Amino acid sequence: MKKNFLSIERLTQTFPDGAGGTLTVFENASFGIDKGEFVCILGHSGCGKSTIMNVLAGLSEPTSGVVKMDGVAVSGPSLDRGVVFQNYSLLPWLSALKNVTFGIKARYRNWSRDKVIEHATRYLAMVGLEGDVIHRKPSQLSGGMRQRVSIARAFANQPKLLLLDEPFGALDALTRGTIQEELLKVWSQTEQTVFMITHDIDEAILLADRILLMTNGPFARVAESVEITIPRPRVRTDIVTHPNYYAIRNHLVQFLGKRSKELAGQRSDGESQSPDPVRIDLTEPAPEPEPDLVRAQLKAVNS
Amino acid sequence: MQSLSLNKRAAILSVVLLAVFLGAWEISVTRQVIGEALTEYEILMGLGQQRAAVPPPSDVFIKAWEQLSDPFYDAGPNDKGIGIQLAYSIYRVLSGFGLAVLVALPLGFLIGMSPVAYKALNPFIQVLRPISPLAWMPLALFIIQDANASAVFVIFICSIWPMLLNTAFGVAGVRADWVNVARTHELGSLRTALTVILPAAAPTILTGMRISIGIAWLVIVAAEMLVGGTGIGYYVWNEWNNLDLTSVIFSILMIGVVGMLLDAFFAALQRAVTYAE
Ligand SMILES: Nc1ncnc2c1ncn2[C@@H]1O[C@H](COP(=O)(O)OP(=O)(O)OP(=O)(O)O)[C@@H](O)[C@H]1O
Ligand SMILES: [Mg+2]
Repeated sequence: MKKNFLSIERLTQTFPDGAGGTLTVFENASFGIDKGEFVCILGHSGCGKSTIMNVLAGLSEPTSGVVKMDGVAVSGPSLDRGVVFQNYSLLPWLSALKNVTFGIKARYRNWSRDKVIEHATRYLAMVGLEGDVIHRKPSQLSGGMRQRVSIARAFANQPKLLLLDEPFGALDALTRGTIQEELLKVWSQTEQTVFMITHDIDEAILLADRILLMTNGPFARVAESVEITIPRPRVRTDIVTHPNYYAIRNHLVQFLGKRSKELAGQRSDGESQSPDPVRIDLTEPAPEPEPDLVRAQLKAVNS
Repeated sequence: MQSLSLNKRAAILSVVLLAVFLGAWEISVTRQVIGEALTEYEILMGLGQQRAAVPPPSDVFIKAWEQLSDPFYDAGPNDKGIGIQLAYSIYRVLSGFGLAVLVALPLGFLIGMSPVAYKALNPFIQVLRPISPLAWMPLALFIIQDANASAVFVIFICSIWPMLLNTAFGVAGVRADWVNVARTHELGSLRTALTVILPAAAPTILTGMRISIGIAWLVIVAAEMLVGGTGIGYYVWNEWNNLDLTSVIFSILMIGVVGMLLDAFFAALQRAVTYAE
């Protein structure tokens, strides 16, 4: 297996289940993420996505297993791993601008005041926040604006890895669309690695290079890694007409609707559990058709 | 009337109430002076000759005018202007309160952040807190051997509890998300405490401070009556001994006004640090 930028090795997380026993959220989960990759993770509520992300962020310790970034084991939170929390987590006593400068000052301790403000303003502008609004407190901003401040705070620190936990969960479709585009724009300009949790299949297809699919818990698995074979730059209205779009979407829906349950609850028996790579590409000439395979167009590539 | 704003109507009502109250007071006191013979109490106390009667409000106004036009005169230990006396009291309250801040904030942070410290210190706090601050006075006088410092100590001990408990409560209640923001930005404990926990807990801490300063101002009057020498509490007691009830009533009013100003100051601070989520 080749060396990944981020590698998750045999991660296991158990919690006390409240009845004296233990709840195994996932066992021996292993997967990797390449540098500059945008990876989304999809799975049903409660399967353990946030738990994985908290471990990646270094905010919680796994029961066993290691996370390595650039070959070095992660311990504790770090400025190299920026987090956009599900509920924005802006500091309510600071203005939008100060929330961003808060992060920058922590990252670049020797920068001058002017430089910090200039940098913060640039990133806020990048997510479409300019003028008076940046001096407002979070309570005076709309949900979408708060989310953008939170994204600007994370991006302004130029972390090597960005972790986003359902960042658009609470937004209406229109705002969501705008921010998704802004996120893509910022990401393409900065070449950061992104790991994002979402519940929205279309969002995942629009944004991701690869989608990790999780089965239901307990004993959840990262069962598949689906490559999104739609070229960038992607525009929401255009990608739906791409031949691969519905094939990929159907595959994801099938997984979440049926197979996530069928595959649930399988113990690892001590084996390292890596996702099966799945590549769906209708634009390539199909390989030898295998009639007994239902998913005839799927091509599993083992790397 | 309907066209006037709520505030204006309230102000008119306040003025009317004040006028009625002062009028009734003036009338009843004047009648009493004219119409009443000496009470048994006055005879017993031998006060007959001096005629210690409740003064009418007009006398109090005249007194107030006199005192406030020259609040800082100093004519010996028993005759100082009201301004000087109030300044002594405020000075004691602020010193005791300031010392209490220095102790209560760090200790409150410790208790709020560490469940072990909370459990270990809680029994002591629960026993010490309900003690009337004045009960410490004899001990303080004996140990410190200085009346002024003892008064400051009493203020310290009475203002520490609300601040300590509120700080601990505020710090313990800081949202884990905000602390996680500090952690993901690799802030050290001190920077986390100053840039995240302190502003997050500030409204609660200031509520504690506001309660403390209120209690301190209540207690200083009694403490100064005990230790004597200077201060508004001593002044009230001294004027009572002089049977100058006009001055007593005037100083009671001044105690109220200063207490209100102290509270207003902390209320303004509290507003300044309060944030909407
Ligand atoms: N601190 C904890 N103590 C006990 N159980 C926990 C704890 N944190 C999470 N769990 C359990 O772990 C499982 C996974 O939780 P997690 O928050 O990771 O789910 P999720 O996939 O993020 O769900 P959602 O999509 O709803 O956010 C759940 O069953 C949850 O009850
Ligand atoms: Mg979650």
